[in-house]
Amino acid sequence: MNSFLMHWTFAIPEIWVLTMACVVLLTDLFWGDRLRDLAAVLTVLTLIGAAVLTIFEMGQSGTAFAGLFVLDPFTNVAELFSYLAVLMVVLYSRRYLVDRGIYRGEVFVLLLFALLGIMVMVSGGSLLSIYLGLELLALSQYALVAFYRDSVVATEAGLKYFVLGALASGMLLYGMSLLYGLTGTLDMRDIAGALVNVTASNLVLVFAIVFIVAGIAFKLGAAPFHMWLPDVYQGAPTVVTTFLASAPKIGAFALIIRLLVDGGYGMLESWQQVFVALSLVSLVVGNVIAIAQQNIKRMLAYSTVGHVGFLSLGIVAGTEAGLASAFFYTVVYVLMSLAGFGMIMLLSRAGFEAERIDDFKGLAQRKPWYAFLMLIIMFSMAGVPPTVGFYAKLAVFQAVIAAGYVWLAVIGVLLAVIGAFYYLRVVKVMYFDKADAETGIIVRDDLASTALSINSLALLVLGILPGPLMAFCFYAMQGVI
Amino acid sequence: MTHSSLLSYAIWVPIIGGLLVLAVGDRRAEAARWLALVVSLAAFAVTIPLFTGFDTHTAAMQFSERVAWIPSLNIFYHLGIDGISLWFILLTSFLTVLVVISSWRNVQERVAQFMAAFLIMEGMMIGVFCALDAVLFYVFWEAMLIPMFLIIGVWGGPRRVYATIKFFLYTFLGSVLMLVALLYLYFHSGDSFSLLVFQKTPLGMTAQILIFLAFFLAFAVKIPMWPVHTWLPDAHVEAPTGGSVILAAVMLKMGAYGFLRLSLPIVPDASHKLAWLMILLSLIAIIYVALVAIVQEDMKKLIAYSSVAHMGFVTLGFFVFDSVAIEGSIIQMLSHGFISAAMFLCVGVLYDRMHTRNIKAYGGVANVMPIFAALMMLFAMGNVGLPGTSGFVGEFMVVLGTYQVSPWAAILAATGLITGASYTLWLFKRAIFGGVTHPEVAGLKDLDGREMFVLGTLAVFTLLLGLWPAPFLNIVHSSVQHLVTQVSLSKIPA
Repeated sequence: MNSFLMHWTFAIPEIWVLTMACVVLLTDLFWGDRLRDLAAVLTVLTLIGAAVLTIFEMGQSGTAFAGLFVLDPFTNVAELFSYLAVLMVVLYSRRYLVDRGIYRGEVFVLLLFALLGIMVMVSGGSLLSIYLGLELLALSQYALVAFYRDSVVATEAGLKYFVLGALASGMLLYGMSLLYGLTGTLDMRDIAGALVNVTASNLVLVFAIVFIVAGIAFKLGAAPFHMWLPDVYQGAPTVVTTFLASAPKIGAFALIIRLLVDGGYGMLESWQQVFVALSLVSLVVGNVIAIAQQNIKRMLAYSTVGHVGFLSLGIVAGTEAGLASAFFYTVVYVLMSLAGFGMIMLLSRAGFEAERIDDFKGLAQRKPWYAFLMLIIMFSMAGVPPTVGFYAKLAVFQAVIAAGYVWLAVIGVLLAVIGAFYYLRVVKVMYFDKADAETGIIVRDDLASTALSINSLALLVLGILPGPLMAFCFYAMQGVI
Repeated sequence: MTHSSLLSYAIWVPIIGGLLVLAVGDRRAEAARWLALVVSLAAFAVTIPLFTGFDTHTAAMQFSERVAWIPSLNIFYHLGIDGISLWFILLTSFLTVLVVISSWRNVQERVAQFMAAFLIMEGMMIGVFCALDAVLFYVFWEAMLIPMFLIIGVWGGPRRVYATIKFFLYTFLGSVLMLVALLYLYFHSGDSFSLLVFQKTPLGMTAQILIFLAFFLAFAVKIPMWPVHTWLPDAHVEAPTGGSVILAAVMLKMGAYGFLRLSLPIVPDASHKLAWLMILLSLIAIIYVALVAIVQEDMKKLIAYSSVAHMGFVTLGFFVFDSVAIEGSIIQMLSHGFISAAMFLCVGVLYDRMHTRNIKAYGGVANVMPIFAALMMLFAMGNVGLPGTSGFVGEFMVVLGTYQVSPWAAILAATGLITGASYTLWLFKRAIFGGVTHPEVAGLKDLDGREMFVLGTLAVFTLLLGLWPAPFLNIVHSSVQHLVTQVSLSKIPA
């Protein structure tokens, strides 16, 4: 028992977030009607506190709770970015939720539980804890998508997400159970050791890996497991979409690190091939289908599929630099989608969702500053320098060429050009088209708009000085292999 | 000669100045114009010490700066110039001043954004000309597309949206494969992105040819060479005058500069092996595109096609690997920078008054605008390549250098001088000479002081370069010699 509790301090950030989630739930129950901002403020404090706690434990590494829990640089860095993502979602959310009459404590409680799920995934050292974290995240997400009860599309999206998500969890769990049957242990380190004695052609192992990768691909949103993504992104309230497109992607990336790298690095060649296919299909599906979209949330959903295709290139490389570049891509993607969906939220108001591309018509004349920010976001997503999106693509291309897949990089860059077209279309609509009289976009300057400005400008500033962020992501991957 | 951060100033003064102009805002248009003028003059001023402090005796990189930029990927903020880059930096900073002045009145909409876009683009273009790190080069190369995309799309003519998206996607498609080639080179040069290291990296023939083709696509689109030139007439016709000037005078040079800085020294064997193709494409540009220019009804389109033809001489000069021809190409690029800028400004002068670029709408302009007609005559002669103008020196040197290597190519290229004369002079005859046939033309006012200043300055340079090219050649000489030696040595590992 003593050894089980040794190093329990590693889990202090998790314990803090769990405690605070319960505190928010209870205080909201008693005082939520009178102090409407209480839950949001407490959530922000929770996130700041968690960040402080995480920074304090940086530099340490090891396992706790008999191997259920792992602390390494990746844990710290991924958790910090997750806090940041949730923080931005909370900052953007207020007016959007108030306008729709759903500014309630439950949203924040669910966000905190989802965050806790991500943290458990990020620090999971055994199949059990990883799966536990994943389900905690997934259940919170289902509820978040569906909780806007008055919206038919949101309810529909919630149900779709639940059914498909449960299927994916099932696949992942089945893969895990095969792995367990093969190795007789749940601990990722022991699994890695046991797999040394298993030949790569072992049919059970191949099945296990395929199921696990399929589950991960679903959570990431890689084609052909992307079917849920457009409907859920479009149907969910934009606050929730912003969340779905941010922190959970870090969680999904953690699945790759924890399951495939920590546990299955010996099987690199098996899952590498699967990722080559996933990457190719995602690049084509995401970038080509996005062209046809008229709804910007749906367009960004397909663009997500495309981005997953790009970041998979780094995973294909399979080296430490490759994984670091994929992680950098993930972080950059999170920053970009926070800004992109944040912009949609900011331009929406009661009874009006700024979600058609045409709603952005003539934005440069009416709101030049927000049009400029959106311009940065779009060029960053397209990967045009000097925005940070370019360096994300540069890093994964560099990794994949280092691994000898020059042809994959060539296909990648060509699809980046196709992708540029639909991002350009948004810029075109904002800058070159005249505004329709009916699409009156009102932006109130408040905390959310300031946060959004910082978020979007960060894409440009990080584009000019990407060194520190990239070094941080490379630090996270140190010794992961 | 080690004024260490001069190049950084040359890049960042216009960019930061451009952001300041943006901050002034469109509502205070007059203030934005003045600030833009001040910034462009300051940016020009910081490039002058590059010229005065330049050491003409060495081919080594001067004014070098090297700071770690993205350590995780071994990327450096590495700048430096040689004789080849120096002229383009000066050309860029000089023409930006003229663009700001010439757009003073004819841009009335979103003035601050317009001026800012040009200034920011100026910094990026200078960045391309002095970047010695492959990623830095690529960043400037691509980043430039954003302001140009907006310049054409916001302030352009009726079909501007089509033109600007075509421009962006065309050039973007051209450059992405260059990125793959640069990354490939990174791994073969021992994990370095330095262009100078790339130049010394041994490479097998197949790799060289693939890299050459990837570079070729990026540079050929930008120059543009036949058959990937089709974006240019559209972009030019729809762009505002200032946009056309920068596009023709500087941006097209960037592709040619890429050949000199990357293709020739990094993949010399492939350059030799594929020289026939480059020469062929250049000759097609010189002959066929010039014929296309003759039949144009739109003045801007005509000059756009003539640009393609003139750039044909430039690429022809590169791929005969002769120092006279390469120096001729560089002079031709500079000369084209002045003359095409002037020609587009002349069309702009007419367009501001008549709001049409159709040649048929004019006729007899010389009767009402004598000063304009005289200046335009000079530029037309330069465009033809008349001795005494800068156009002559470049084309003559290219043909001369080519003749020593391939007499047939030289003879075919020389026919370009004749077609060049026909489209230019015919344009001039129809638009400027003859009797006044349209009542609108009769009411035209001659140049005002601002226009006269801009065109007069360009006229001085056209004549200066034409009559006394020695100082221009002095600066490029050592660098070109060095380049010719580099390209003559095989890099295929034994």
